[in-house]
Amino acid sequence: MTADRPMIATAPRRVLAVIMAAFAALIAGAAMFAVPAGAATDDIATDCTPDASTTCVSPIVLDEEREPVAGVEVTIAGEGFEAVVTTTGEGPVSVAVPTRGTYTLTVNTDTLPADTHADPTEREVRAQTGATARGAFTIGTGPAPDPEATEPETSAPAEDDAPGAAGAEGLVEEDVTVSGLPSFGQVWQQVGSGLRFGLLLALASVGLSLIFGTTGISSFSHGEQVVIGAMGGFLLINQAGLPVWVAALLIVVIGGLTGLAQDAAIWRPLRRRGTPAAQLMLVTIGLSLALQYVLQWIEAGSMRIITTNPVPTTIAGITLSRASWVSMAVALVVIIAIALLLTKTRIGRAIRAVADNRALASATGIDPDAVVRIVWVSATALAALAGLLIGISFGSFTWNLGVQLLLLMFAAVTLGGLGTAYGALVGSILIGLVVELAGLVIPSDVRYATALLILILVLLIRPQGILGSRERIG
Amino acid sequence: MPDEKTVNENETGAAVPGGDSQGAPAPSETAKRAGRDLSHVAPEVGVAKPDAILTARGVQRRFGGMTAVDVDYLEVERGAITALIGPNGAGKTTFFNLLTGFDRPNQGEWSFEGAPISHKSAARVARAGMVRTFQLTKALSRLTVLENVLLAATKNPGERMFASMFQPLWAATEARNKEKALEILERFRLDKMRDEYAGSLSGGQRKLLEMARALMTDPTMIMLDEPMAGVNPALVQSLLGHIQDLRDEGMSVLFVEHDMHAVRHISDWVVVMAEGRIVAEGPPGSVMKDQAVVDAYLGAHHDTDLGDDALLDPEVLARLEAEEEKR
Amino acid sequence: MEELLRVLTLALGELLAPATAAYALAAIGLNVHFGYTGLLNVGQAGFMLLGAYGFGIATISGAPFWVALLIAMAAGTLFAVILGLPTLKLRGDYLAIVTISAAEIIRMLGRSTLFDDYTGGSAGIRGGDYKGSFQELSFLPDGRTMIGPLEYLNNGSDSWWTRLFAWSLVILALVVVWLLTRSPWGRVLKGVREDEDAVRALGKNVYSYKMQALILGGVLGSLAGIIFVLPGAIAPDAMGRTMTFWVWTVMLLGGAATLFGPVLGSMLFFFVYMIVRAGMRTDVMEFLPIPTQNVDHVAGVLVGVTLMLIVIFRPQGILGNKKELALDAR
Repeated sequence: MTADRPMIATAPRRVLAVIMAAFAALIAGAAMFAVPAGAATDDIATDCTPDASTTCVSPIVLDEEREPVAGVEVTIAGEGFEAVVTTTGEGPVSVAVPTRGTYTLTVNTDTLPADTHADPTEREVRAQTGATARGAFTIGTGPAPDPEATEPETSAPAEDDAPGAAGAEGLVEEDVTVSGLPSFGQVWQQVGSGLRFGLLLALASVGLSLIFGTTGISSFSHGEQVVIGAMGGFLLINQAGLPVWVAALLIVVIGGLTGLAQDAAIWRPLRRRGTPAAQLMLVTIGLSLALQYVLQWIEAGSMRIITTNPVPTTIAGITLSRASWVSMAVALVVIIAIALLLTKTRIGRAIRAVADNRALASATGIDPDAVVRIVWVSATALAALAGLLIGISFGSFTWNLGVQLLLLMFAAVTLGGLGTAYGALVGSILIGLVVELAGLVIPSDVRYATALLILILVLLIRPQGILGSRERIG
Repeated sequence: MPDEKTVNENETGAAVPGGDSQGAPAPSETAKRAGRDLSHVAPEVGVAKPDAILTARGVQRRFGGMTAVDVDYLEVERGAITALIGPNGAGKTTFFNLLTGFDRPNQGEWSFEGAPISHKSAARVARAGMVRTFQLTKALSRLTVLENVLLAATKNPGERMFASMFQPLWAATEARNKEKALEILERFRLDKMRDEYAGSLSGGQRKLLEMARALMTDPTMIMLDEPMAGVNPALVQSLLGHIQDLRDEGMSVLFVEHDMHAVRHISDWVVVMAEGRIVAEGPPGSVMKDQAVVDAYLGAHHDTDLGDDALLDPEVLARLEAEEEKR
Repeated sequence: MEELLRVLTLALGELLAPATAAYALAAIGLNVHFGYTGLLNVGQAGFMLLGAYGFGIATISGAPFWVALLIAMAAGTLFAVILGLPTLKLRGDYLAIVTISAAEIIRMLGRSTLFDDYTGGSAGIRGGDYKGSFQELSFLPDGRTMIGPLEYLNNGSDSWWTRLFAWSLVILALVVVWLLTRSPWGRVLKGVREDEDAVRALGKNVYSYKMQALILGGVLGSLAGIIFVLPGAIAPDAMGRTMTFWVWTVMLLGGAATLFGPVLGSMLFFFVYMIVRAGMRTDVMEFLPIPTQNVDHVAGVLVGVTLMLIVIFRPQGILGNKKELALDAR
């Protein structure tokens, strides 16, 4: 996993870094959208520029100093297409491919400079319409793979956190070019993307907030619960070919069942023993570790739920894929339903009562055990649904989607007010907007950092969050 | 540790900018005599005391729309046992938390030994000589009983990070503290448990341990939050005795209590709170008959246990205590 | 049989491996946080990565070894202060959320294109760029040495010298932590762990003690980060959330709030981890329906399950006190 990190090759890097602010998007460590720079001639055109109907694939060969290497032949094959290109020293070569899909890039090792090797020599990239899929190869000196890179000690946990923003891909489906100040149109577009992200994030974090409110646990495994939903989508829709709506229902049920099973097997017995919340939090860390390896076991690569090309749809000047709009609508409806459920129904009021004061709720005849069970089931079911919708609207995802989302969910929930259900909604939307708008002014690979920065600032200024009360924090 | 105590008082005295009406703290001997005889003080709300150690003015604490504490004026006499009583939800504990720096008021100020302490942190309030205990006892479970008390010692150079690595710098202080801690434990009859984890103590023993810990800090004023709550009746009498001893040694005691009999038994002055306000003040004998107090308790559905006087009968207590010890 | 011996030798090698020392040191730091003070630091890998960057970048800029070491420690201190300021006055969960987030920020910033010139972006910093000053310190003669079944170069990346240095640092940390935790200072920390309000009521500045503990543990984490990258390279993606969780597993396995718990935990963890991983790849285990490429995933699942089981059934770890467990059961 370590070798296929995306790399920035061209100099001067600082300039590129700025351009990256507008263009960069990472797909699960394999592909990268970037601005195609210089052009080179070969037997086919290598100056592909992505637009609404063009898909580009760009192989990059770098040396140990991460400078581009010229004269290396790379074969691009896949989806019934095959071409051989030769790298140049000036900039990446980019080839237009007929359709989005998976392409294999193979380095012709005979064309490598003397006494060097590439490891690996073959790489898969997923090309998306309107973007450039980059595949980078690093060549090292000497015939054998760099021993340092494969040392067992240092590589042991290296499988964690494969690069960057799995969830990020779709967020920049509609690349915005920024030179100087962003235009109103760009800002507006990012507001749309931010709302989409915020709504989907809210769907995921409501459960986290409810769990915290009723049990006092900061659940570190909630990110993986989201990925369960996304991966369910991949398995049921992409692999098994079920209709989306049938699969969605199944996924919600499966998600809920994982919550029910956890409550029965782990949380209820531990509640009976009166295990302190800090210890329960450590259990969720173990659960998170176990789940992320299971997910990685099932599929370590990038996954797509819906394989057909997204249909761009413009509403109020914001262009998102149709699937995104549908996902947003679903998320909105479900969130409103949750709000109604919490305020209008007996069980909803019971949940809020337990979150407010467990002892008091129990004294008024509410069975906290039953309430907590319902909370676990609904939180995991909602997380699964959120995962499915995120997976669909962001195009593709990997098993480590949960890592990024968990942090953003924590930030959202804390921002809104830890343990308050509406707080999760407000916080999520704000985080979604901030993250997307930040992408306009800073490199997109660090825009998640803005959310976490906000988290720290909130704790400094108003630790109870926007909707929380002072008494809950001490 | 008489010399340490002097240091303590000098410090708080010096902290007063330009002094105040009370002047320097009175020597404890005079305080004792003056404090215990409050019969000539008028039993009315907000009355001035002959030698107040704590003075609170316009203290308010609101939670959302509810005003939990709204105290116009209160003086607490030095060297006396003052009880703070009132029905459930009267705001006693909240007021207590405010005074000791564990909660922040919406408005109001108070001074201790003439120095304003209303915006000080809990730790600084304690260092000024006003030390509290908690309603739900906070025994440090995974520390031994002795460690619990040693922890309370003040001015230990070994509690500074870098100095702590060099034992010779603090060994002498530690030895002295240990001696003092063992004396205090003996006094509270906890010396046999000195090496047990505090978590293994009974409820009553934990209350005693908390008191021992507070005593270890050489306080001028001890604030006890419901010292009798959850204590085996057999231990109540000895707890009350310990509280009286504290006063007799010159400390001022303010305690929150539910149990009227305990209050009547040992307090020199009683302050009654209801719905956040102070509704009456006076000596224990007369204040209970005050119409405002009766109303306050009746208004709260009379949920206060007016109790079984027999429990305070020394004979009954002796028997209960014997039974407790057998177990 | 020969294969089993090979697996055993590999596992024995793990006992002394620099990474084992690094995890032990990181866990000693985490033990100061959680074991002694009760602070929920879920971002120890952030301290480690920052220490590694601090050391690596300082060395590349020309700082001598000991200065680079100090810079790494200063980076850890600063990080602890920044994380502690907003959170140490709040309930413990907030520290947990902020530390895991901040550790992730460090990783994101490290691998981002923003600081590419310094951190090498996602590719990280090659070991050769910063190892020189460390390896020059070695007083060992060149060559190879075999001790028991273990044979390494005397000097170089994965050498006896690296091991000697790494474990010396661990022993030094143990001495410091031992001196500190048996002192009145350590007693205050334990008091804070048990109930910070009670300690506050006794006039101690709890916030300051928590901050001191956070800094001390964080600095140990930064040093652990240096050890971790001395034999290899600085790769931000190898020092993420999983690493933090492993450090927790190591500490809880050995026993939180015990002096030797983290060291024992680290040695045992990596010994067993290697046996499981290498063992599953041997022919002996061919009957298992686990393809070779999934061995690491299975091992990872086992780590997670182990962590859960420890926390649930033996929260005091191997070296923990039975009496304390009895208290927990009450």
